[in-house]
Amino acid sequence: MDLNYSPEEMAFRDEVRAWLKDNLPDELRDKVVNYEELTKEDLLRWQKITAERGWGAPDWPEEWGGTNWTIVQRHIFEEECGYAGCPPRIPFGVSMCAPVLHKFGTQEQKQRFLPGMYNGDIFWCQGYSEPGSGSDLASLKTSAVREGDSFVVNGQKIWTTWAQHADWIFCLVRTSADFPKRQQGISFLLMDMNTPGISIRPLMLMDGGHEVNEVFFDDVRVPAENLIHEENDGWTVAKYLLGYERLGTGNTGASKREVLRLKELAAQQSKNGKPLIDDPRFRDRLSRVEVELMALEITNLRFLDQMRGGRAPGAEVSLLKIRGTEIQQALTELMLEAVGPLAQPFQSLHATDFDQQTASIAPRYCNYRKTSIYAGSNEIQRNIIAKASLGL
Amino acid sequence: MNFDYSEEQQLLTQSVRQFLTKEYTFAARQAIIESDQGYSEQVWTTFAEMGLLGLPFASEVGGFGGNAVDLMPVMEAIGDGLIVEPYLASVGLGGQFIARGGSQAQQQEILTALISGRCKLAFAQTERQARYNLAHVACRAEKTADGYRLEGEKCVVLHAPCADKLIVSTRTAGRTTDADGISLFIVDPSAPGVTLTPYRTIDNLRAADVRFAGTVVPADALIGPEGQALSLIEAVVDYATALVCAEAVGAMQFANDTTLEYLKTRQQFGVPIGSFQALQHRMVEMTIIAEQAKSMACLACVKADSADADERRRTISAAKIHIADACRHISQEAVQLHGGMGMTEELKVSHTFRRLTMIAQTFGDADHHLERFAACE
Repeated sequence: MDLNYSPEEMAFRDEVRAWLKDNLPDELRDKVVNYEELTKEDLLRWQKITAERGWGAPDWPEEWGGTNWTIVQRHIFEEECGYAGCPPRIPFGVSMCAPVLHKFGTQEQKQRFLPGMYNGDIFWCQGYSEPGSGSDLASLKTSAVREGDSFVVNGQKIWTTWAQHADWIFCLVRTSADFPKRQQGISFLLMDMNTPGISIRPLMLMDGGHEVNEVFFDDVRVPAENLIHEENDGWTVAKYLLGYERLGTGNTGASKREVLRLKELAAQQSKNGKPLIDDPRFRDRLSRVEVELMALEITNLRFLDQMRGGRAPGAEVSLLKIRGTEIQQALTELMLEAVGPLAQPFQSLHATDFDQQTASIAPRYCNYRKTSIYAGSNEIQRNIIAKASLGL
Repeated sequence: MNFDYSEEQQLLTQSVRQFLTKEYTFAARQAIIESDQGYSEQVWTTFAEMGLLGLPFASEVGGFGGNAVDLMPVMEAIGDGLIVEPYLASVGLGGQFIARGGSQAQQQEILTALISGRCKLAFAQTERQARYNLAHVACRAEKTADGYRLEGEKCVVLHAPCADKLIVSTRTAGRTTDADGISLFIVDPSAPGVTLTPYRTIDNLRAADVRFAGTVVPADALIGPEGQALSLIEAVVDYATALVCAEAVGAMQFANDTTLEYLKTRQQFGVPIGSFQALQHRMVEMTIIAEQAKSMACLACVKADSADADERRRTISAAKIHIADACRHISQEAVQLHGGMGMTEELKVSHTFRRLTMIAQTFGDADHHLERFAACE
């Protein structure tokens, strides 16, 4: 047993670190570490920077720009990016729609869509959830009716992250109601967000941020060539994609950065004339989160080690999602408590002398409640482990 | 990076597991714990024959030069089978003091005997007011013309009733909690002035309170330099803590396996109770905790011999915090999900519950290690 990276892996980590040091723009990093909202341009800019280095989509097939990294190298890259404070990869194109195209798309579809994802030219979003279909995704109702060379789409999607930025959307739609099982009759369809009949309504969240939206489809005509895989067999595609959605939700690199920040913060705050970090009650809670994070890092490596042989990620990915998000949430909660009464100021009404950094802590705490809900709620993840790993 | 056990480790693990499955069944264990001695001499001899007793010791004394990671699968098997023989006390504690701090003569005499199964050891450290503070040593050793005279009391000395030698921490100088002035002695429990009050522990080990009333030991019973033993004690206890973390992992794995099996077979309302989501999610939580605990035990064993004492302390404490919490959670849930049956003496899970309960506070509970972990910054 050896928990250390090999010399080659260490060299690779140093290479990634050095590259990030030289290429991660300060203004992007500052926004990330200070929890500021990233614009569409910010997000695409980071994709472009990684693309120029040839690291725009490490896990893609090499012919399309993949790096042919080992699973450990990919992990190192993600960890280092998280730790350095890189903007999040826009997942919907490169990490979600692309694997589907690689697996199910025609050569023509790949050529049409993949380069725009890789180079950060096209911003994608995901149309899965509907008002009546959250965890129970297969009950979705948005319909797509075949009319000649087109589908006519009617219905509504919800929780569509960054739809306000998006140029394209990939959707699960119902193309037939004539099957005995609800999982049948679903299709995977790509749509240009500029198509007439698509409209967006922002869903403002309690932290004041605009991340998610409702997307409405009103007689939207979509060319039939935008269908991925077979009509009515979209559920196969959806299941394939769900495994990818949960990969990388552990985010231990970013959490390690947050632990350091929390320690700084708790050292600056004082309680009874002493730094808060020296208060045993506070410190114990922080230590328990640190320890859980140490464990998750090793657990993550153990799973990677098991997957090295090429085995596909299984239910253990759900474990990483559950614990990773619990840790992220615990850290935001401790930050909130670290600043005590100063957690209350939210928005300045005058332009002068307002501590924006402290004011960003409570909104972030509010915002991070999302992590145990999105990408398959943590309860759904527990169902997956119960069924797939435990056979219950 | 590689989490696999080596081929030798796997072979050894296989033979240990085979032996335990065949010879150390739950019924066999029941007979052992009810016997007068409370352990099996035959099992101990088999451990010697299998090479388990020499695993971490140098080849010069007949050992195999293994590290804590080599002991990890053995400790997991011990946790799984709830082995009551004094493996941790002899190989993980007592023998470590001799191997790390003992003279050539002490190593030749005691380790050779230990490895061949002829000498069992126990570590007499805890005192009534000491809690988990290793520097709290009130038991005194006064220098005499040709040796030392011991005066004082140790409590809950695990496996003392079967031990051939006790390793005793004493104070040769300074006040009760001073870091300096602590000395280790090898003491024959049958020597004049040594009184054992033996008892059974809640997890069915044997232990004793040990009184020293003018016990005389020769000068060559001292391990290492006089008054300088604390750092050795700390290093060995950290090493043993890593091992007990691995033992906990084995016990938790058993608790989880047997609970999962029960959820699948126990029927109520006409269906297996494992079909209820309330119970499924609790079983999943137990599974996640066990995976995380395994990770921390790996980390602890890898760092148990680290030359960097600060890193070692920090990692061992982190592991013990996690393992302590995990032991509590999994043992309590395992009993709860078994219902009334989980409470009974006749089901192994109640024995595993008791062992996990005690491991949670062996070598320091979560609070103790939280304090130590924070102090490592």
